[in-house]
Amino acid sequence: MFVCLHAPGNLPLLVECARHFSPLIEETAPDAVIFDIRGLNWVFGSPEQIAREIEQRVGIVANLAIACNPDAAFHAARGFRGVTILPLGEEAAILAPLPLFLLGGSPEFARVLDLWGIRTFGQFASLPALGVAARLGDEGVHMQQRARGEDYRQLRLLVDPLVFCEERELEDAVNLLEPLLFLFSQMLRELCERLRFHGRSTNEMHVRLKLERAADHIATLRLPVPMLDSKVLLKLLQLELNDRPPQAPVEKIRIELMPVEPRSTQHGLFLPASPEPEKLAITLARIRGLVGAENIGVAELMNTYRPDRFRLRPLKMAAPVAVPLRPKLTLRRLRPACPAQVLCADGKPARITSSQGRGQVVASAGPWHLSGDWWSDEVWDRQSWDIEVRNGGVFQVYQERLTDWFIAGHYD
Amino acid sequence: MTNSAALLRERIQVTLGTRCEPAFLSKKRLEESLPSVVGEIPRGALTEIAGPPSSGRTALLHSLLAASCAVPEFCALLDANDTFDPESAAAAGVRLSQVLWVRCGGNVESAFKAADLLTQAGGFGLVAIDLGDSNEKRVYRIPLTIWFRLRHAVENTRTAVVVVARQINARSCSALKIELSRNRAVWKGWLPGCPPGCLLDGFQVTAQTVRKHQTQERQFHIEP
Repeated sequence: MFVCLHAPGNLPLLVECARHFSPLIEETAPDAVIFDIRGLNWVFGSPEQIAREIEQRVGIVANLAIACNPDAAFHAARGFRGVTILPLGEEAAILAPLPLFLLGGSPEFARVLDLWGIRTFGQFASLPALGVAARLGDEGVHMQQRARGEDYRQLRLLVDPLVFCEERELEDAVNLLEPLLFLFSQMLRELCERLRFHGRSTNEMHVRLKLERAADHIATLRLPVPMLDSKVLLKLLQLELNDRPPQAPVEKIRIELMPVEPRSTQHGLFLPASPEPEKLAITLARIRGLVGAENIGVAELMNTYRPDRFRLRPLKMAAPVAVPLRPKLTLRRLRPACPAQVLCADGKPARITSSQGRGQVVASAGPWHLSGDWWSDEVWDRQSWDIEVRNGGVFQVYQERLTDWFIAGHYD
Repeated sequence: MTNSAALLRERIQVTLGTRCEPAFLSKKRLEESLPSVVGEIPRGALTEIAGPPSSGRTALLHSLLAASCAVPEFCALLDANDTFDPESAAAAGVRLSQVLWVRCGGNVESAFKAADLLTQAGGFGLVAIDLGDSNEKRVYRIPLTIWFRLRHAVENTRTAVVVVARQINARSCSALKIELSRNRAVWKGWLPGCPPGCLLDGFQVTAQTVRKHQTQERQFHIEP
């Protein structure tokens, strides 16, 4: 037996009411829930008595229908006011007066039935099944079974989202990191066990520390790959708290791990090695502590002509390719560009003086006019030269807006 | 691990012949060294590239990064003075997405600490430390124990450690020393008086390699 509760705009209330009677609940529509009440007759008695109990519990005006299959209960709850009970075998007769739009189906199906002059469940149910199958196909057969109240299906059960969260309230506020790590270790081990039980890993950890007389300390760790090793998570958390320790003693700890599908990889015996993701995550966290998070990553060139424009991204592996072994001329950039004094003769650099050295220019190439971003505040405009300094290096220099000279770097 | 894998592969091939090849064996052998224009750069050892500015040190380093990325492998570049130019590297064939770039902001100590962490973590094909613009005296004063530690960290691994500096610093810790010097810069269309419009066409470079007390010298051209 199935019950359908229908009340527009009150889905949370309907779900809460359904939870009092059954763990097997389906959110069928934004305004209706269906739940399984098999076995409730031993508690409440007849379907009428069960309906009365549910009506008292729901507390709002809602249509209620009890039937032997979910769809019949659903149509009856949407089509009839108050309580409707559909005894086994009488579903078709009770549903017969309902308008056909309640049946649903594709627009094409509805259009065809409208052309045929079919307006109610009863009219559609009375059509010969073979003719419906020939003209409307599988969808027609399925819809006719629903109109007759004969369509049996399993409920698509409402599953609570899995929450992997642990909280510990401390008797005395803890100031030191070591005792906190001991607690973190226990909590993370338990959380990882629960994740393993549910066949999940995690790629995000949220930590909230309630502090004594201070705002909560919040830390979020995003992992590069799904992991399930409590020791790795503990180490990452330790490195994070070393970098950014809480500003006051900790009164309460809350750790939440976000569940994701576990990582599945195919390893090959003769494949080239790549860093182990868990180990790499810890190594990168340690290096971030040394040089700062903004100074580590892989460079990605930006879509602009402006020199030295890039951003840093995480690592990723690509397919093998062949590259030529011949070295190519590369620039070693000076960041920031080094100011220089350049004397020009015949419109080209003849002598340069800077903190990088001084000397006579023996050869030069240029100028190349580069400019961009004239539509924004970051407008740039420069004349670039390649110069060779006597007994020195080969530099790339530029003149910014025809005024100041800078050394962009040297070729190496 | 590499040697054992190679041995196992040989034994399987001897036993099964060519039947095993399509099933699960990669036809490409694991490279024990990185190819370069100055010869093989050994894995599991320390290599030093030294030379004055504009001698082709960075070009050689980028060619090694490109070779390692092409395998494909992950590489790490510990850039002590923040001089790495991603555009030049991409033009040299380096896959930027596979090169972990650590900008140390002039701190040589951070570069070595990061190198230590990365070599201990393992899995990188090439770990490069760029000290090319660091103070020569400061780099020379790096204790020999640090170089020894770095050498030991990569022994029996597939990681090649390459250090770029102005001079040779690691002494006996490095398996290969490459000293570069620029013979001349080549200017295309250059004439006395150098009219505007000529182009820098690369460097002519001499490389002197010292491997197991044997010195070899070769010249090559660095293309623009």
